[in-house]
Amino acid sequence: MLENDKVNGGAHPASTVQAQEASIFAPQNTQQVQEVVAWALAQQQPLQIEGTGTKLGWGRAVELPHRLTLKNFSGIIDYQPEELVLTAKAGTPMAQIEAALAEHGQILPFEPINPAAFASGHGEPMQTTGTLGGVLATNLSGPRRLKAGAARDHVLGLTAVSGRAEVFKAGGKVVKNVTGYDVARAFCNSWGTLMIATELTLKVLPRPQEERSLCVLGASCETASQIMSAAMASSAEVSSAAYLPDFVARRLASNPLADMGSLTLLRLEGSSGSIAARFRQLQSALNAYGEQSTLDASTSGSIWRQIRDVVPLALPQTCLWRISLAPAHGHRFLQALPHSLASGYFRDWAGGLVWLQTPTEEPEGETIRAALHKAGGGHATLMRAPLAQRQQQQVFQPQPAPLQQLSQRIKQQFDPQAVLNPGRMYAGS
Amino acid sequence: MSAIRMPEPDAQVLARRAEIIAALEKILPKESVVSTPTQLRPYETDALTAYRQTPIAVVLPETTEQVAQILRYCSANKVKVVPRGAGTSLSGGALPLEDGILMSMMKFNRILDVDLPNRAVVTQPGVTNLGITREVEHAGFYFAPDPSSQLACSVGGNIAENSGGVHSLKYGLTTNNVLGLEMVLMNGDIIRLGGKHLDSEAYDLLALLTGSEGLLAVITEVTVRVLQKPEGQQAVLVGFPTIIAAGQCVADIIAAGIIPGGMELMDNLSIVAAENYVNAGYPTEAAALMIIELDGPQAEITDLLAQVEAITQKNGAIYQRISQSEEERALFWAGRKSAFPAFGRLAPDFLCMDGTIPRAKLPEVLLEMEALEQKHGLRCGNVFHAGDGNLHPLILYDANKPGDLEAAEAFGADILRLCVKVGGVLTGEHGVGIEKRDLMPEMFSETDLAHQERIKCAFDPHHLLNPGKVFPQLHRCAELGKMHISGGKLPFPDIPRF
Repeated sequence: MLENDKVNGGAHPASTVQAQEASIFAPQNTQQVQEVVAWALAQQQPLQIEGTGTKLGWGRAVELPHRLTLKNFSGIIDYQPEELVLTAKAGTPMAQIEAALAEHGQILPFEPINPAAFASGHGEPMQTTGTLGGVLATNLSGPRRLKAGAARDHVLGLTAVSGRAEVFKAGGKVVKNVTGYDVARAFCNSWGTLMIATELTLKVLPRPQEERSLCVLGASCETASQIMSAAMASSAEVSSAAYLPDFVARRLASNPLADMGSLTLLRLEGSSGSIAARFRQLQSALNAYGEQSTLDASTSGSIWRQIRDVVPLALPQTCLWRISLAPAHGHRFLQALPHSLASGYFRDWAGGLVWLQTPTEEPEGETIRAALHKAGGGHATLMRAPLAQRQQQQVFQPQPAPLQQLSQRIKQQFDPQAVLNPGRMYAGS
Repeated sequence: MSAIRMPEPDAQVLARRAEIIAALEKILPKESVVSTPTQLRPYETDALTAYRQTPIAVVLPETTEQVAQILRYCSANKVKVVPRGAGTSLSGGALPLEDGILMSMMKFNRILDVDLPNRAVVTQPGVTNLGITREVEHAGFYFAPDPSSQLACSVGGNIAENSGGVHSLKYGLTTNNVLGLEMVLMNGDIIRLGGKHLDSEAYDLLALLTGSEGLLAVITEVTVRVLQKPEGQQAVLVGFPTIIAAGQCVADIIAAGIIPGGMELMDNLSIVAAENYVNAGYPTEAAALMIIELDGPQAEITDLLAQVEAITQKNGAIYQRISQSEEERALFWAGRKSAFPAFGRLAPDFLCMDGTIPRAKLPEVLLEMEALEQKHGLRCGNVFHAGDGNLHPLILYDANKPGDLEAAEAFGADILRLCVKVGGVLTGEHGVGIEKRDLMPEMFSETDLAHQERIKCAFDPHHLLNPGKVFPQLHRCAELGKMHISGGKLPFPDIPRF
């Protein structure tokens, strides 16, 4: 994209930037972010908001001449392991945050998706890319979301600049706080359309000492719903639960069970003594569902990373959907789909998250959402598609009129002139 | 009434009292509109009993459509509405307005759907917090948020206040355990958010509604997630010679990577009060008492108990008792959970504060609080959700003594200012309501508050739903909507660009 833009050289006096020219602003502090938004308002020029740009291929495609990147606005401001709280600038690379946490045996519990590995075929450990702001703005959480909660569940507070070019803060820097509306949590999944977060405070947790996965072999999609419900109804504290049909299981790298048919995977984490006891309990709770196998710590870790980053569905020239629905209804949704669409999929979050790959460049949004409605509802988001599709299709789940109007009013309150990422979620907003 | 002022009632609305009641009686059965002085009395206050106001009428709708009709009528006729659940708010969230109606949601008292394969319960908002757990406990499930008032408080109120409890460090607040809701806006729009699935398709309005203190919408249905109970639970009582040692012990446990199911701290005044009230076997000679609850499989509990014991010994514990039965564990908690009524025996009245601080600031805050006791001439005890830094100072006073309530409120305000000063917040779980409304500027700038008010404007542009709460000053939405852009040129020559 860069080469197509007319790019302003760094030596230009900034006040000479004309609205007609394409420009990339890279502010280094909150004040400068505020100044860029003030400029955008005065010039009536919308801004494309980004971090390191790893998610520009996701969501609704907007291509705007003026871009604000937070990649130079980086660094951990405050990290107190014994308080379980970390504050960092929005442009801080995830790898840097994860490394700082690892030094103290802590993690971001929601297991953020690694955009570099996302649906790319690279399942092995690599540094998580993207920025803290981007991870939270999209609220994309990994397999441990089932037990630990989503990205949004870990946000405690923020400093942000709204589309009014005003700097404000919301929330706090302590783990328990109900003072005022939870605007910081509402930043999550707003895709840069309400505010530009500049500093974010998160709750962090100790890293589980060990992990191990129990695997039920050869279950049907419907039986897998029952297995995962039974596992979650046990006291085994399952932290992740997924169902991989056999053709998806075969695509996993370093999977010792590749030839064993479908896999229903259940992850246990904690101290070794605790895992051993819960593992036995889980084995007996799932006794009736057929043959079982075990994945040791390193295999389990590798496979859950591949599930997190949707590696098994990494085929070019296809569309990829992310569908959230009632966990025990997952098989009903897949049964309601035309057979041609139900071939490339797997289920995470105990069945409540379906990653669905449609075989052609045609996203089939209406068909997918009709099947979802039939299965009891939820939402379907088009995650990967050719650019033209992401410009034309309903990328995010359409909302009923009163809800859509309410969302619009919130957008107007925070960004009355629509200068922040307009059209990134829905057309015309 | 004392220091906190409510907006002046609108004389024109008061003059239309009979007309308003008649209109409400056309929407609801006559018995569901309460308007005689005697009948109105129980609704004058919530659990912040120092404040009382009588509304024009109390309405008790029982369907979403009735709620929508009432709100549409009130919108059209500029009548204010205060929603109320079980009335257990400690911050005055359900305090009626003299020129408004009170909408009690207690006829919304049915559980609609228990869906265990999806681990979800769909319920009406007037069902109690514990009512949900009772519906699912036969299968080993429970609803995680456990405020001390859980026997009485409603789940709708839990959402309004984003209620926590003693297990919230590990299992989250209400906001982490709500999947969906149905709500009615002041304009009568009925909107559903979420469902039995996770996360929002677009803006996270569930996050905004949870903790919105009844200012955004009336909640008419709730879907919560329920969790499987841990296999076992065991609690330890640990006494310390100083509260500083106990505070250090809390930090050390967290630093060791242990997140207990619950971790509470009580000071000596609270220990003695609770012990006299329930005879839980608390060591009344200790300066501080910790209750640490560990949960999971027995192997894990045993392992963690050993680790915790090593840490408490290192920090100079002078007393330790491990629960040997479910009854004993319940007894340990009974003392802590009855701390508020126990304080009721020490003085005719008490104010319960609710700040949160970074845990490391505990010694500093406690020392400062001793100084504040001297300054205000009142006693103060402390119970503390130590795991998440949530402080509940209980200020003892006598409302019949002239000036005592004012002194207690001034003391409370000083404590909350102190919490903010050390990096904490005004309220961890009780809400702002009217109680902390005027302290909001201690924590938030005018611009911060304006952005919160703009949320309000998107939901209720005429400030008819529960006005006078949360925000110290009400701005007209039109005024908040104005843009103040300074300059037009780009005033930042030093921003690097490419």
